[in-house]
Amino acid sequence: MTTMQHEFTADRQVERKRAWSNWATGMLFLLPSLLLFGVFLFYPMVRTVYLSLFLTDSQGVPIVFVGWENFLNLFQSTSFQISAKATALFVLYTVPAGIVLATALAILANQKLRGIGLFRTMFSATMGMSVAASSVIWMFLFNPSIGLFNRILAALNISGVQWLLDPQYALLSVSIATIWMNTGFAFLILLGGLQNIDQSLYESARIAGVSESCKLRKITLPMLSPTLFFVTTVSLINAFQTFGQIDLLTKGGPMESTNVIVYSIYKDAFINYNVGSASAQAVLLFVTVLVVTVLQFKIGERKVHYQ
Amino acid sequence: MRKVELKGITKSYDGKQDVLKAIDVTVEPGEFFVLVGPSGCGKSTMLRMIAGLESITSGELALDGKRANALTPSERDLSMVFQNYALYPHLSVEQNITFGLHVKKVSKREQKERCKEVCGMLGLTDYMKRKPRELSGGQRQRVALARAVVTQAPLCLMDEPLSNLDAKLRAKMRSEIRQLQRKLGLTMIYVTHDQTEAMTMADRMMILSDGDVQQIGRPLDVYNNPANTFVASFIGSPPMNLIDAEMKDSVLVADGHWMTPVTAAMKQKIGSGRVTLGVRPEHISLAKDSEPGFLVQVANVEVLGTETLVTFDFGEATQWIAKWPGQSSVQPGEQIRICVDDRHLALFSAEKGERIVCEAAPVKKVSL
Repeated sequence: MTTMQHEFTADRQVERKRAWSNWATGMLFLLPSLLLFGVFLFYPMVRTVYLSLFLTDSQGVPIVFVGWENFLNLFQSTSFQISAKATALFVLYTVPAGIVLATALAILANQKLRGIGLFRTMFSATMGMSVAASSVIWMFLFNPSIGLFNRILAALNISGVQWLLDPQYALLSVSIATIWMNTGFAFLILLGGLQNIDQSLYESARIAGVSESCKLRKITLPMLSPTLFFVTTVSLINAFQTFGQIDLLTKGGPMESTNVIVYSIYKDAFINYNVGSASAQAVLLFVTVLVVTVLQFKIGERKVHYQ
Repeated sequence: MRKVELKGITKSYDGKQDVLKAIDVTVEPGEFFVLVGPSGCGKSTMLRMIAGLESITSGELALDGKRANALTPSERDLSMVFQNYALYPHLSVEQNITFGLHVKKVSKREQKERCKEVCGMLGLTDYMKRKPRELSGGQRQRVALARAVVTQAPLCLMDEPLSNLDAKLRAKMRSEIRQLQRKLGLTMIYVTHDQTEAMTMADRMMILSDGDVQQIGRPLDVYNNPANTFVASFIGSPPMNLIDAEMKDSVLVADGHWMTPVTAAMKQKIGSGRVTLGVRPEHISLAKDSEPGFLVQVANVEVLGTETLVTFDFGEATQWIAKWPGQSSVQPGEQIRICVDDRHLALFSAEKGERIVCEAAPVKKVSL
């Protein structure tokens, strides 16, 4: 009896030793990404939350603990309200239109035609372009005197528009440029989703004789819904975090009309040296994106049909 | 019921090589017609051309005597069951079954009624609200069937509908599909690579190989009188045993030592030269003491309960299979004396593999 018990404890010891060594091996594999995430993601996040509760000097060193004051100030500031509104409008302008455009292009490019590869390459080409290069192109297009858009308007005998300088049009103009920049990525993912749809579903529909619009509504869109959901989620997060084209095209102006939240954070932190307020805005942005994404998963995912 | 005629139907994708070569066949109304052949032989292409999913390169397709080459799939008034069932994963069983019925101007109420009736017929009543992913393979296959039946189209096309099911379920569905077809009086064109399905289900079948028709006929006719070595080795399980033989004087010599005498009429047909000799496994038996036979070495034995399959070495590189009723006690490695029923010998020309028909060839027993 005792020998059996002895053997049993010996087995347990061996098992425990093996479990520990398994855990250590696993951790070793995780270490590089944990290290990178830790240094460049987790630490800055924690630090941001920490800083949002302080008044800082121009170096960003926390001086006085002020609690929620940074947040309260933000909610009372008109500048922040304008910024929040600009961000919301920017998301509203770019995400739905971008996805509809990319879906339409993907459906067009999903035909089996000679030379379709050329169109696919063209439609996805913006994915390979940097924000800076694209912004320069659009800057020329929007140029009031030599830009293409105003020339078209002039040819139609319509007076030109100050695309990037008129507070009424600036946000819309930046949104149009952004839609163009983001189309490549969304197009490519959606085309992949379309090509994954089983062709026999369409063949079966052909035998039944249903119309093209019925095929689109009853087969293509439902079957594409997981891809659409993914693209929507990523586009939403991207839209909330837009910075590059704002900085290059309008610098937040005119009259703060394109001062979206990330640009406002940048200005507060690196131009006004008000790190506490910038951190508070960053925290608010994080919470907003989180809430929107969670809501999207809760509500939007119900309409997604996974196979 | 619907008559389907194919006249010189040819299919080519690149304009150079024909995937299907001048197919001529008529499927009679109410007939269960099976297209069978190895994968890549063009049988699915032919079915898809009848359905209108592939264009016809040349030749004429007629439905009920009317040219149908240019009709769209839906204008041909047919239903089709796909190999992977092609069920819509986001729709319920009921929605799947009634999908597209609105095109045929069937009212919502009638759609419901028809769906109920078909579900009752196929035992799907309890699953009408479920999604395809919540069903087993057999149930999905039934939904695909129901979707074909509910259209009340007089012609039903099936593209390997049972190949995704396990062997037991396949046997069950075979019989169910056949019963359903009889009950509804459908004209059925059924594609399969499985010769058992072809043999058990078909009224008539067509054997295809490399886009060429090898033989068209009723299952037993094809089995008993295969038109060439391809059909002989494709139809029947295990397949017909084949071996090269040479005409020497008035006997056929296979593998140098196995001889069988032939009649003068046969000899004239064969001429001089080489032939391929074929024997069905069930026509090889253990030789009784009084019978002439020859010795072979047993390589493998498979006892199946009601019958026994004995594989034995025959000649240098050939293995033959014999099928005996009952449970044999023969062991691998054993030397046995076998005898071939020469009334059932089949002869094929050595070059093209075509059958040499020899009416009633009463030849004496095989000698050593």
